[in-house]
Amino acid sequence: MELLLVFLIGALYASGVYLILRRSMVRLLLGIILLGNGTNILIFLLGTITKGKPPVMAANLEVFEDIYADPIPQALILTAIVISFGLTSFAIVLLKRVYALLGTDDLDTLNTPQEEDI
Amino acid sequence: MIDNHIVATVLVHLFTALAQLLLPKKTVPQMILSIAGCLLSFLLALALFMKVYSGGILTMNAANWDAPFGIVFVADLFSSTMVLLTSVAALAVSIFSAVGVGRARMLFGYFPIFHFLIMGLNGAFLTGDIFNLYVWFEVVIISSFVLLTLGGRIPQLEGAVKYMAMNILASMFFLTGIGILYGITGSLNMADLSLKIAQVEDRSVVNLTAIFFLVGFGIKSAVFPLYFWLPSSYHTPPSAVAAVFGGLLTKLGLYALFRCFTLLFVPDDFAQTVFIIIACATILTGAFGALIRTNIRRVLSYLIVCHIGFVVGGLGLCSKTALLGAVFYLIHDIIVKTNLFLIAGLIRQLRGTMNMGKLGGIYAEYPKISLLIAIVLFSLVGIPPLSGFWPKIYLIEAALMSKSYAFTASVILGSFITLFVVAKLWSEVFWKDAVVDEVIVDNFKPLKTGRKFLMILPIGILASTSLFIGLNAEFIIQVADRIANEMIDTTPYTSAVLGNK
Repeated sequence: MELLLVFLIGALYASGVYLILRRSMVRLLLGIILLGNGTNILIFLLGTITKGKPPVMAANLEVFEDIYADPIPQALILTAIVISFGLTSFAIVLLKRVYALLGTDDLDTLNTPQEEDI
Repeated sequence: MIDNHIVATVLVHLFTALAQLLLPKKTVPQMILSIAGCLLSFLLALALFMKVYSGGILTMNAANWDAPFGIVFVADLFSSTMVLLTSVAALAVSIFSAVGVGRARMLFGYFPIFHFLIMGLNGAFLTGDIFNLYVWFEVVIISSFVLLTLGGRIPQLEGAVKYMAMNILASMFFLTGIGILYGITGSLNMADLSLKIAQVEDRSVVNLTAIFFLVGFGIKSAVFPLYFWLPSSYHTPPSAVAAVFGGLLTKLGLYALFRCFTLLFVPDDFAQTVFIIIACATILTGAFGALIRTNIRRVLSYLIVCHIGFVVGGLGLCSKTALLGAVFYLIHDIIVKTNLFLIAGLIRQLRGTMNMGKLGGIYAEYPKISLLIAIVLFSLVGIPPLSGFWPKIYLIEAALMSKSYAFTASVILGSFITLFVVAKLWSEVFWKDAVVDEVIVDNFKPLKTGRKFLMILPIGILASTSLFIGLNAEFIIQVADRIANEMIDTTPYTSAVLGNK
């Protein structure tokens, strides 16, 4: 399981970086999303995976007697997912607006020589 | 010492923003609320600073979960100084916004977002938990995205794409670093991490994590070679927004860099060399970039990059004198950079353009305003006894003591180029006769006296703060000295957070 996740993280990071380096805005967006997912799985993996052992004590026990799943990475991922959801939705709207105004998907054309501004 | 007043400055901005959201489309009450909120938060920040200055580090455990299990808020001298400077800058910007930001932008919620941004900054300075720092960073960047794009003009959106991509990428790096850090230490509390990282045997993983943090914060604080998003986006939003960005956002990155590389990872020789190289390259490329630009705000953007290098170099030298100089420079830089962008906004109001070639003759027409601006420009360059002078002495002294001649040369060259750029700016914009065949659009004269006053007042506030820093340097040096001590010996910090275990 761990090894599988390691390969998955590697693939997500690599494809994310590759897509970010492209000139297209849509690929930039997809790259950011893939990188975000890779990061979330990385946190999950590094918090050591424990299968089927919720961090809930049995009613008749005072302390944990068995190893249990660490809830903190899960809380971190949950927060990170919510944040990346917000950022991604902003990014989608922004890129759509830029596309509507400029009619291009190419990042290299985003250099309107308009010096005057407010 | 436990003290719940630490988060007061965060809460003030939160409730100001919420109150403003309850008054949509009413710009004047929002404006008044904004200034009142900033004033209140300034007083609270001053009280917090006084308390920390006289009584030592304060902490607060959120929901009374003991550290290292819960989220802690820590106000040591460094964070409370940053909060105080933030609130001074925020006060000035909120007054300036009353005139400097168009009504259309206010209708779309400029003021609430501005307060969310300042809330995020204060929270980031005060938190003692690394994941919580990440969350505050996200609060800051999502607010800054909205402020940057508010208005929706084409150059703004183009700048925002670059800004958004780089900042999200920086957050990913930061989050990856946090993930690995949690994996190797099992903790998120910075004081606890500081103790646990020192015990980790596999140093290569620790160094790898440090690189993730360096790249993440490096993008945010705009160091070479990661700064190119800054000059291509900071000239697009309204000047009030650019003032907050230029004065405070990059400094948040620097704050995080200092926190991480003094508390969590103590830089070894190799890391110090890396920092010095980055610093020299940042100073030189920033300075050369500023030389060739003609738009005032683009010049200022490159000057921000240039002066970030001074601070990073201080971190790289890592001696006490160097840290003192770097912290002093940070204190000076926040106030001056915020003020310079406000001045750029004022110049645009006076002449309708920010292109140096088309400007001129402001001194002849507005001598008093020009003299006020001259004080700011002088303190940026560091003419003694103004505020930019003292930190450079410490930086150069520290660089010479540790025989880092390349950094010494870069600081001197960077200062000279800054002087040249500022002299050029002064002669082009203020002294040169007005360009004859240009139509001057003076939007300042028809303003009512009250609104003129609102535009000049924030520049006056920040200029007098600069004067205070420069003329009262002994006090600032004491503060910076204590901050540098806290950075070198982190035991007071860790024992204050964790209790004396």
